[in-house]
Amino acid sequence: MFALRDKYAIAGIGWTEFSKKSGRTVRSLASEACIKATADAGLKISDIDGIVSYNFNDSAPAIAVATEIGVPQAGYAVDFLSGGNAANLIILSAVAAIEAGLAKTVLCYRAMNGRSGFRLGGGRDMSAYNITQYTAPFGWITYPQAMAMWCRRHMIEYGTTPEQLGEIAVQFRKNAEHNERAMQRAPITMDDYFNSRMIVDPFHMLDICLETDGACAVLVTTTERAKDMVHKPIRIMGGAYGGGPDQGEDLFDAIRWPDHAHNYAKYIADDLWKSAGIGPKDIDLAQIYDCFTYSIIMQLEGLGFCKDGEGGPFVQGGRIAPTGELPLNTAGGLLSEGYIHGLNHVVEAVQQLRGDAGVRQVPNVETCLTTAGAMTCGSALVLRN
Amino acid sequence: MSYEKPLPVLDPESTPFWEATRAHKLKIVKCGDCGQVRFPPTSFCPHCSSAKIEWIEASGKAKVFSWIVVRHPVPKDVYAMDVPYVVALVTLEEGVRMPTNIVGCAPEDVTAYMPLKVQFRDVTPEITLPVFAPHKDPRP
Repeated sequence: MFALRDKYAIAGIGWTEFSKKSGRTVRSLASEACIKATADAGLKISDIDGIVSYNFNDSAPAIAVATEIGVPQAGYAVDFLSGGNAANLIILSAVAAIEAGLAKTVLCYRAMNGRSGFRLGGGRDMSAYNITQYTAPFGWITYPQAMAMWCRRHMIEYGTTPEQLGEIAVQFRKNAEHNERAMQRAPITMDDYFNSRMIVDPFHMLDICLETDGACAVLVTTTERAKDMVHKPIRIMGGAYGGGPDQGEDLFDAIRWPDHAHNYAKYIADDLWKSAGIGPKDIDLAQIYDCFTYSIIMQLEGLGFCKDGEGGPFVQGGRIAPTGELPLNTAGGLLSEGYIHGLNHVVEAVQQLRGDAGVRQVPNVETCLTTAGAMTCGSALVLRN
Repeated sequence: MSYEKPLPVLDPESTPFWEATRAHKLKIVKCGDCGQVRFPPTSFCPHCSSAKIEWIEASGKAKVFSWIVVRHPVPKDVYAMDVPYVVALVTLEEGVRMPTNIVGCAPEDVTAYMPLKVQFRDVTPEITLPVFAPHKDPRP
């Protein structure tokens, strides 16, 4: 269990424009976000001695980015071959690297040409080898098709409805309206949700996140060092990574997963809250991984914001609005802000905790949860100002 | 016309499975030590770590665990003529889950726990896919 409560902090954040066609190399996007995060902390690139990222063979390696931006010596430069489940794990790994003495100041980034380059959601390679020999030959190929299978189980077990999924899509779009970074800012109605194209029943187009070109970076160091930097340190209270038994052979595979109405969140909840020393009731707002609307529901239940099966009703009635009991994805989320594979959730959490979120600032925020991952494994952080 | 859809690439662990479907039999792995069945086939038993493998023939009866209806074809040119089609996770009578297609009924008629029976589709001379169709089981 993570046992370094408040010892480490996020001291800088940076991001590029989010677009459908960057016209740039992924490395240059990563470098821009990293340079901005370093400057945001009031540091120079020469202060950086660690760099970590995650990718699906669709990014630039950490050493390539370190080379472009001129990091003099990196004691820790690591790439996780991983999905959105690692968006918070790389921050925990930065903490681990600093604690181990490998580095002092670590940049964590995710960069992708997710629309104009490799389209993660558009289907995997068509060869059916290893685990995919049992899935792809049946036309089961894309991540929306994978997650829709989970969603159906929640509908079977608990009667979760499309109206409840639509509520999530409509609210997050409303949040994005006030976010200059967001790719989709035009409001949508529940009718728009139901009229959006059925991609893979039970998912409409508006249940599925955006494909984005862009990058985000955050700078991690000790809270002690961060106190001398530009912004108030955003402290890492707690964190967890993992999932249950039978996580499968890759991120798609969940053939042996015990119960598709529950995801990784259920399995990391105890470690997360124990490490942070607080519980769901103490969380002021949350940035929850929303590659699909449905993933929100499983994580709310798994992390204890509501009981099993009550995630659908929970998101209704304004509870997840910025003025509600638990404001969610205040920047618009992966559904409406953009899909920087979950790292954009950490950027938004830091802005909110600093009080720098402008017109979308939620008042009196002290704690924020971020999560990463939707299926059999994932990571989460509890942050505070 | 050539077959454009993904075809399984056989490996040492999967070859007995695909050789069986080619002979219109559905086979799964049973641990030679503790007796636990598993799918997909792997070299070691996740229950007792044994490497002893027995291939047993499944009854071919299954129930719907979950399903999706693919309406937007991906890749478009490959699946345009197939949509809407049903992909399901089914639970075999022996207890393991398996991805498959449900055939022989409209997508709208698929229901949770619906009883199914395996059918075999010879998609190329070498490869046969196990798919499932609704099946009325006379037993309670």
